[in-house]
Amino acid sequence: MLEPIEAPADFFTQPDARGHFGPYGGQFVADTLMAPLAELTVAYEEARRDPAFIAELDKDLKHYVGRPSPIYHAERLSAAVGGAQILLKREDLNHTGAHKINNTIGQGMLARRMGKTRIIAETGAGQHGVASATVAARLGLECVVYMGATDIERQSINVFRMKLLGATVVPVTSGSQTLKDALNEAMRDWVTNVHNTFYIIGTVAGPHPYPMMVRDFNAVVGREARVQMIEQFGRLPHALVACVGGGSNAIGLFHPFLNDREVAIYGAEAAGHGLDSGKHAASISAGRPGVLHGNRTYLLCDEYGQVTETHSVSAGLDYPGVGPEHAWLKDTGRAQYVGITDDEAMAAFHQLARCEGILAALESSHAIAQAIKLARTLPRDQLILANLSGRGDKDVQTIARLEGISL
Amino acid sequence: MPAPAFHVKIVPDDTMRWGLTPETCTGSAGRCSANSPNQLESRSRMNRIDKTFAALKQTGRTGLVPFITAGDPDAAWTTAIMHALVAAGADVIELGVPFSDPMADGPVIQKSSERALARGMNLHGVLELVRSFRSEDAQTPIVLMGYLNPIEYFGWERFAGLAAAAGVDGVLLVDCPPEEADSVRPVLDQHQLAQIFLASPTTTPARLAKMAALAQGYVYYVSFAGITGADRLALDDVHQKIAAARKVIHAPLAVGFGIKSAEQAVALAADADAVVIGSALVEQLALAGDQEAAVRAATRFLAPIRSALDAASKLKAA
Repeated sequence: MLEPIEAPADFFTQPDARGHFGPYGGQFVADTLMAPLAELTVAYEEARRDPAFIAELDKDLKHYVGRPSPIYHAERLSAAVGGAQILLKREDLNHTGAHKINNTIGQGMLARRMGKTRIIAETGAGQHGVASATVAARLGLECVVYMGATDIERQSINVFRMKLLGATVVPVTSGSQTLKDALNEAMRDWVTNVHNTFYIIGTVAGPHPYPMMVRDFNAVVGREARVQMIEQFGRLPHALVACVGGGSNAIGLFHPFLNDREVAIYGAEAAGHGLDSGKHAASISAGRPGVLHGNRTYLLCDEYGQVTETHSVSAGLDYPGVGPEHAWLKDTGRAQYVGITDDEAMAAFHQLARCEGILAALESSHAIAQAIKLARTLPRDQLILANLSGRGDKDVQTIARLEGISL
Repeated sequence: MPAPAFHVKIVPDDTMRWGLTPETCTGSAGRCSANSPNQLESRSRMNRIDKTFAALKQTGRTGLVPFITAGDPDAAWTTAIMHALVAAGADVIELGVPFSDPMADGPVIQKSSERALARGMNLHGVLELVRSFRSEDAQTPIVLMGYLNPIEYFGWERFAGLAAAAGVDGVLLVDCPPEEADSVRPVLDQHQLAQIFLASPTTTPARLAKMAALAQGYVYYVSFAGITGADRLALDDVHQKIAAARKVIHAPLAVGFGIKSAEQAVALAADADAVVIGSALVEQLALAGDQEAAVRAATRFLAPIRSALDAASKLKAA
């Protein structure tokens, strides 16, 4: 196991030039991809320093995505819980219904800037696939989405949405036929077609510069939230809460607050049927460091290092790894990662729906569940900001099925 | 079929590897001295790959490097297949360590890994196969090819010690470019395991130069930007790229990815010190119904390629 890591004076110094967050991250790829990754890193560094690129990104985030997303004080939920005040960052109100678009807009613009004509993406539940297909349509780029054959069956509506947007959805039949295999297959496509193809990774994993780049594009969430907290409430929150699968919505909210040491940070991992059940997707809470998908991070594997199948009621959290920056935040002690079971997430989903008239995505319901747990332990004048990362419309069929209701 | 049980002795059995009986060891506390199998072993282990390439160069032959996945189609057949490959003209064997997420591999090797894993193959089992092969073949170099994670979970120190003891000569970690090899290298060095790197058509001259400085054994030159087994081999293009790589890298170059026929192998032999053939062979082995058929398939596949390469070398020499 790795040595404990001391918390740095400044959390904004990560990653280093080669994409390492302490011992995590890096570029663990076959040699063929090293040059394309270097080219991407340079292109991204140039773009983020180009005022014209930033201005165009901001314009799209405002007029196309609908930013800034509000912070909403869930007063009835807070009163029902009877503790600290629960505030919601409403990423569910974005175009396409989740935070994923913040990243795909940025990477799509970068693809066009690099002269790439073809976009590929991997998707599990289909949300990142839809967000990628959306941006490809908007920019007039070809779009191919890799999706595990098992997931295609489970998420037929999102598959159809992608097709309506003009994307080609390719079923992946290797391995466990889920998100991790879709990522492998997208990487294989990229290495083969790198001359004209841009790979939009949907979470803060993969080889450098992806964890940094996807974080930066999602950090608009935390930057807005920090300003909004001071404007609306006159102070920063006591705690931040977000769900963590790969961890893109979480790092987007957390990152701008990392140097505000008085703000506690909680990541809610999918504990599925329970952390001891073997049926969960809690890589940090129950995994070990290893190397997968181009980076070193916490993974769920068997004793021989073979990646195991994961389980969560929410397909978006059903991933055996986690972004390397989360691994590092865990080891430095800056953030705490806790498991939320399927049942706890479902209960939170219903409580939020009944108290506030909001159907949260099952992923985001994990964050709500953790916010509720935490609120109970804190006084009423404390503020907890939870990332409501996506809306639950996509999950109504799943919920009906789980509760034995035929629609 | 039930998963075969693999068992590896944790205490390295150094004597077996070198064909030395325990009686040749003298001195106290079981330590070998004087006639020093310890020295012998480290020298011969370090040089098995180098010796092979030196001999190839001297005789003007092109090396032939087959790749097979350990444990596929059946772990019980693997060593027999390896011996058959050597008899059919293999100079080095690349033995694949199966992994659940072979990101750089095409469908043939993916399925091969899945089959091996489904039958219970793991790193213990791979090392046991090498040990078993080594008890009958002290010459042919073996390179383990695979991905980092199974070794990360096994533990680097433990892996390197046991791999060296089993008779492994080199390690090719597909997802470990030189940039990420800092922590791995000292452990491999300590046990005299060569680290084989991949180079590819997209490798920049600056990185080729760095690789040249770090190269051990040979450099595996990936013939095109793509995955194993793809039909993307463009011989003219590879010819130019290898010529450019040659100027920088002085270690032997083995070319692989997409080579399926004797004709392709011969065409590449003009540029390379060795050719690697994986998917096309693995595909043939997968069709075999029993060990005998697998051994026959290995021989039938490799022997004609060996003959074609040797005929071409003779022609060149003449």
